[in-house]
Amino acid sequence: MASAAEARAAAGGGAVPLRGNEAVAYAVKLARVQVVAAYPITPQTIIVEKIDELIASGEMDADMIHVESEHSALAATYGAAVGGVRAFTATASHGLAYMYEMLWWTAASRVPVVMAVVTRAIGPPWNIHVEHADIMSTRDTGWLVSIAENNQEALDLTIMMFRVTEDPRVYLPGIVGLDGFILSHTVEPVEIPSQEIVDEFLPPRRQPYTIEPGKPIAMGNIMPDEVFEKHRMDMHSSNRAARRVIEEAGREYGRLTGRDYSSLIDCYRCSDADHLIVGTGSWIGDAKIAVDMLREKGLRFGVARLRWLRPFPWDELREIGLSKKLVVVLDRSLSLGHAGPLFLEVSSALEAKPSMVGVAAGIGGVDVSYSDIARIAEEAHRLHEEQGHVYVPLLWYHLGEFYPMSPGPLGHRLPQMPRTPLEER
Amino acid sequence: MEGRVRVVVDPAGHLFPVSVAAPGSMGRTGFWRTQRPVVDEARCTGCYLCWLYCPEDVIEMVEGAGPRGQDVPRIDYEYCKGCGVCATVCPVNAIQMVDEEQFILRSLVREG
Repeated sequence: MASAAEARAAAGGGAVPLRGNEAVAYAVKLARVQVVAAYPITPQTIIVEKIDELIASGEMDADMIHVESEHSALAATYGAAVGGVRAFTATASHGLAYMYEMLWWTAASRVPVVMAVVTRAIGPPWNIHVEHADIMSTRDTGWLVSIAENNQEALDLTIMMFRVTEDPRVYLPGIVGLDGFILSHTVEPVEIPSQEIVDEFLPPRRQPYTIEPGKPIAMGNIMPDEVFEKHRMDMHSSNRAARRVIEEAGREYGRLTGRDYSSLIDCYRCSDADHLIVGTGSWIGDAKIAVDMLREKGLRFGVARLRWLRPFPWDELREIGLSKKLVVVLDRSLSLGHAGPLFLEVSSALEAKPSMVGVAAGIGGVDVSYSDIARIAEEAHRLHEEQGHVYVPLLWYHLGEFYPMSPGPLGHRLPQMPRTPLEER
Repeated sequence: MEGRVRVVVDPAGHLFPVSVAAPGSMGRTGFWRTQRPVVDEARCTGCYLCWLYCPEDVIEMVEGAGPRGQDVPRIDYEYCKGCGVCATVCPVNAIQMVDEEQFILRSLVREG
């Protein structure tokens, strides 16, 4: 049952309290999605439940396919999309891992599809809390990847993603990431745009080809290696070209709703900053508070939050970051044995010209507050002040302590760590 | 070989992993063959089982072409991969799998 406030909001009347997952469900309804296929997994389940509810109450005109696995969920979504309708799915963590093969099929078939990934750690040990290991595993598949900071952005990016993925310059599927529990289960005020506004923003569905009865085509058949390679070059070009499409769509969305998303990076006190904190997801909202605290102490930090990971905002990042003295990259996942994926990408774009410190934190959902982030920035700043230009791929922040764990000389051992109450020898 | 592939390309120049069925998209797959099915038309009863089971669809039945006026299979050796399914399903052992290399050598000798 939709509450009175939700009903009012659905009619285009101001902000309502919504959980992140519900915000995504409303975006899917407003985008006039016709087929949803999904399998429930924490913390994504509410998205599917809410969509089911909207269909059952007659507010949304779509078919919901209840499948037996995430592999089938994306396969069914992909199939519906190839058939010619706007289709959506949502997953998290192990579910995303299970559907991984289909991510490649969907992207390389150039079929526009939108998926929400509610970020969560991948076990074992079993863990349902926020981490970015799942969404980071999608970076090489060809999908567009965006990550929201808050529930409003989760809704807005979902609507935008349909327009971007269905643009003929792109024709690639797209992921909207939102942090498990931090956004998915947390209520925030969210403005739901009216159906008229979304209809004006979203053109009718476009896609490169459809499967139709009586017109047989072979999909995904063997092709000569040379054709395969050209195909991948085209995918790469289209992913890069999506930057322009995102800018246009984000500007238009701003014109219609007052919320502009024309930049792939969300900057907070960047321009006059000496130092930057770079990262993605909800905790970078906390980094903005940390920056205010740091400025009061005389440390001129700013925040560059990556709203998009694919296409990678290379130019924007260089424009903001190349001239800074120190760049601290926060990673909520790790390429075990090397460093954080964001650190590696950001330092390549910045050619490591500023001092660079990569910090892994919040792995497995360990709580990281704005005061933790301020502390991390201060520690990186201390290293930079003491040693001049520094390049530290991995400083692991765990419960208030720093553990230097950069790839480097062998023989480095895990330092003695305090035991948590549940640990036993 | 590329001339036989009908890859779908859209007006924006995107290349899709989609093609329209055409024989020989992967070249002359008959080259992959190490065993060659050879039909003994005298034994063949024209039952169509080989035609039905052929996974590559390279068997065509020619009506009334057998020595007793029965329908007999014609194998397209350009694309037959030599899997042997036809020889296995033949109820009267009218298809023998022979070594491809030996077969070629023998036919070279025959042709002088």
